[in-house]
Amino acid sequence: MLRIPCPFCGTRDHSEFSYGGDASVEYPALEAPAEAWLEAVFQRDNIDGVQLETWQHLHGCRMWIVVERDTRSHEIHSVRPAHEGLASALAQSADPVNES
Amino acid sequence: MTATRLAKGGYIDRDQLLNFTWDGRTLHGHAGDSLASALLASNQQVLGRSFKYHRPRGLMSAGVEESGALVTIGRGDHRDANVRATTQELYAGLVAQGQNAWPSVRFDAGSISNLFGRFLAAGFYYKTFMGLPPFEWGSGTGMWMRYEKIIRKAAGMGEASRSPDPDHYEHAHGYCDVLVVGSGPAGRGAALTAAKAGVDVILVEQEAILGGDTLAQPQAADNLADQIKALKGAGVRIMARTTAFGLYDGGVAGLLERVTDHLAEPPMWMPRQRCWTLRARYTVLATGALERHVAFGNNDRPGIMTANAARVYLNRFAVRAGENIVIATNNDSAYAGAAELAQAGASIQILDARKSIPDAIRAQAADAHAALRTGAAPLMAHGAKGITALDIAGQHAANWREAGKTDCDLLLVSGGWSPVVNLLSHRGVKPVWDADLACFVPGQTNEPLSMAGSAAGIWNDNACLLSGQAAAERAVAHLGGAQGSSAAPAPGGWQGAITPLYEVKVPGRQLKSFVDPQHDVTTEDIRLAHREGYVSVEHLKRYTTLGMATDQGKMGNIIGLALMAEALGKEIPQVGTTTFRPPYTPVSLGALKGRNVGNHFRALRRTPLHEWNLEHGGTMTMAGLWHRPWYFARSGETIGDAYVREAQTVRRTVGLCDVTSLGKIAIQGPDSTELLNRIYSNPFAKLPIGKARYGIMLRDDGFVMDDGTTWHLRESEYFMTTTTAHAGKVMAFLEELLQTRWTDLRVHVTSVSEQWAGVAVAGPKSRQVLESCVENPAAVSDANLPFMGVLETTLKGKVPCRIARISFSGERAFEVYLPSDFCPDIMDALWESARSMNGCLYGLEALGALRIEKGHVTGAELDGRVTIEDAGLGRMASDKKPYIGSALRKRPDMARDNRPRLVGIFPRDRREIFNAGSLLCAPDHIEGYGEGWITAVTHSPALGHWIGLGFISGGHSQWHDKTVVCADPIRKGNTAVEIVSPHMFDPDGERMYG
Repeated sequence: MLRIPCPFCGTRDHSEFSYGGDASVEYPALEAPAEAWLEAVFQRDNIDGVQLETWQHLHGCRMWIVVERDTRSHEIHSVRPAHEGLASALAQSADPVNES
Repeated sequence: MTATRLAKGGYIDRDQLLNFTWDGRTLHGHAGDSLASALLASNQQVLGRSFKYHRPRGLMSAGVEESGALVTIGRGDHRDANVRATTQELYAGLVAQGQNAWPSVRFDAGSISNLFGRFLAAGFYYKTFMGLPPFEWGSGTGMWMRYEKIIRKAAGMGEASRSPDPDHYEHAHGYCDVLVVGSGPAGRGAALTAAKAGVDVILVEQEAILGGDTLAQPQAADNLADQIKALKGAGVRIMARTTAFGLYDGGVAGLLERVTDHLAEPPMWMPRQRCWTLRARYTVLATGALERHVAFGNNDRPGIMTANAARVYLNRFAVRAGENIVIATNNDSAYAGAAELAQAGASIQILDARKSIPDAIRAQAADAHAALRTGAAPLMAHGAKGITALDIAGQHAANWREAGKTDCDLLLVSGGWSPVVNLLSHRGVKPVWDADLACFVPGQTNEPLSMAGSAAGIWNDNACLLSGQAAAERAVAHLGGAQGSSAAPAPGGWQGAITPLYEVKVPGRQLKSFVDPQHDVTTEDIRLAHREGYVSVEHLKRYTTLGMATDQGKMGNIIGLALMAEALGKEIPQVGTTTFRPPYTPVSLGALKGRNVGNHFRALRRTPLHEWNLEHGGTMTMAGLWHRPWYFARSGETIGDAYVREAQTVRRTVGLCDVTSLGKIAIQGPDSTELLNRIYSNPFAKLPIGKARYGIMLRDDGFVMDDGTTWHLRESEYFMTTTTAHAGKVMAFLEELLQTRWTDLRVHVTSVSEQWAGVAVAGPKSRQVLESCVENPAAVSDANLPFMGVLETTLKGKVPCRIARISFSGERAFEVYLPSDFCPDIMDALWESARSMNGCLYGLEALGALRIEKGHVTGAELDGRVTIEDAGLGRMASDKKPYIGSALRKRPDMARDNRPRLVGIFPRDRREIFNAGSLLCAPDHIEGYGEGWITAVTHSPALGHWIGLGFISGGHSQWHDKTVVCADPIRKGNTAVEIVSPHMFDPDGERMYG
């Protein structure tokens, strides 16, 4: 069981979350050529170490978050909202959710 | 072996006499007894028969590592097989039986297989596949199937009940700051120290009472009771009869709490067991150590057990396990028990494999009035059903040689101790071999976790206590955000060094020496595996089945490793150890499933019309998690009669159907139109307010994700419907797009599936039904509400509703959405009106028949492998705008013109029936995957025969003039069919648009 510190709700079991995918992928514009989309949709690195992943707190706040996780130890190094505007708003918040 | 219950001492209640049944005989023990101690006190020596050879087996230990006394507890459906007698608490009326024996464990006809032992050696199963040596005859799977029946009958363990488990179980969740596993000196020290520092502590103990190894020692003036009182006083939450069976990521521990296994008549409301998911911020493992056996001839005979086991029986249960006792050891730990047993009246001989021993230890032997022989070890046990005498080996240079024989009725063995590193191993931390202590000790970990006490290789009680306290200090420091540096005592602590001893043998003497007694793995099996080329410890394990029994190698693994190391000419750490995996001790499947059985196996979703549907004769079926009406049978009707009547009624007059399970999403915000235009493959930019449009969404990879209608309600507000199956997926995808890719779009999406109930009103008279139920009948006129028109209005009784003229059935039809709370009343009104027009209620089966006739697709067709062209909807996709999937749907393979395309299917002989799931094949080529498949079939009331939908390579144009075979080899056989357009009824849609 992973325990994921949701930036909005606090630490929760991973069974409340749903795995999204590789958070390092930059999706191309809709009108981009098929080659760019092939790269974004199908090409994945199989990382032995720390990787960025998107998860959704499906049975919680339903927010998409970016989790920095070590694939060898399952250790989670950082978590932030996927939406950059929300991430910066949360960082400025006077009372961020306790991550412990 | 003559065991005796002592008149005083122990943690038993002599005033409470408990009767129990063992193999049909009534015996008795006391409250506080384990089944093992009660059987021992009743002088029952043969308690089991071994797995392959049916050798008699008795108690080998007093704990979870037990490999001999595996018994079946309970009667009938409550029967529980392979229970270790050592861990089963005694209760009044307990029924226990021996296993793997006929007629009983004392007289077992199967023991003859002992004589054929050579055929059951290592790798027996593998070799049987290859053919039986020496002639290699009878090889192959066919023969194996025959052997298997015989072998399975002869070799085995307890038999499970074949009925459903009558007990119930629970899942529970917990949180704490510090989890302490084990209540021996180290665990108690850790729990008390942590609790006194003000943190929240849970202490789990697998036994019924706290104490751990302290229970094996003589009682010291109620000191233990005082310590337990102190723990409770400090606020430690104590969970006895609870095993931490696994450690997982994020400080999560799996705990099994045995709630009623010790009760004679458990109350109905109590679960038998409770499986806990416990999340701890810091974990202290004070899991203790297990004493090891030594391999020598007939070391599995009843009357041979670990030295510490006899101490547990003596001091905890007040049973002296024998009179004439030989203690064989290679370390200091067995001497304390020698004196205690002597004091209880036994005569003691000690064989110490070490050549020299410290004076203090020698003095302990003298206290026990024991005859002490150094450089001596057990060679072979005598006695058929229990040890009567022992051949002794003496050390001669580097070898053993025969050195006499002695009578005895109990042999206690200590081959050293193995710290219980299992839980740490679950975290992927490899144990490290300590050559001085001759055992694996815990490796280093970065997790918030400490090992304490003998689990860390510390043998001295006081040092164990200190190590527990040090672990607690590290835990408290960690919780406070600091690095703890409390120094723990070093491993070890005996006065004299241990001399490793794994096997005793002398040249030229054949011995049957067991390494893993539960799976009947002998020293010869290990050597045979080595001769046959097995060098990896992981292969050795699988080939010999060493360590694969229910004890998971607790008794035998180290001996096996040592023998393999010897055979390879290596040291033990070079051979390695296998990885321990959860569970530490067996966990019943019932506990793992908890309450998730039967109707609770998965969540159940009911529509607000559920009761209404039932009251009106609906038969329900599962659609995903939803319960939906399947059909509404009138008296005497079969399902076939009912759905055909319902579908006919919809085409003739009108029908009502609960479609609440469709996904509903509110899309709000100034950029709503832009969002819709990007996610649907067809244009949405110019959908007028008050209109709905059917849309198809693709995935990023260009395949169809879902379809549904989206209604334009107001300038910046839409109401989207999805299929029942993909409601959650579409919602999550929209949220993902808005939160990760298109963060600049000002749109909010909200699932409103629960808020709106939906009813389809379909059929030529559907408008009249609506007219009679809305406040303003003119609002639903054809002019006001044309095909794909949307209306927000009020029903009679001022109930707000949303209506769109949408058709899934191919008839003039409306979808009406109502606030969930109001819908049973509204449904009454709709139904009253529909009934007056000879209408009907219809369910999923009729819905299916109607849509198949029209060639409308559902999840059966849109299975994730289908492109928009495959589904025959390619004309809808826009070429003028980019959208999700537009780039990749143009890939060459997806544009292949022989891809499977949606088609309609008629039986060539219209009287024939065929099945969904069948393959479509060319008549001269009925094999492999064929040319396509059938997704749905129905009897078509409109056409008067069976029809189907399916996919076939190239589609209708390729096959319309050819005969195709619908191949269904394991059900109906082959049926000749014709390929037709999927639009099988009213292809121009006159009924729908008119």
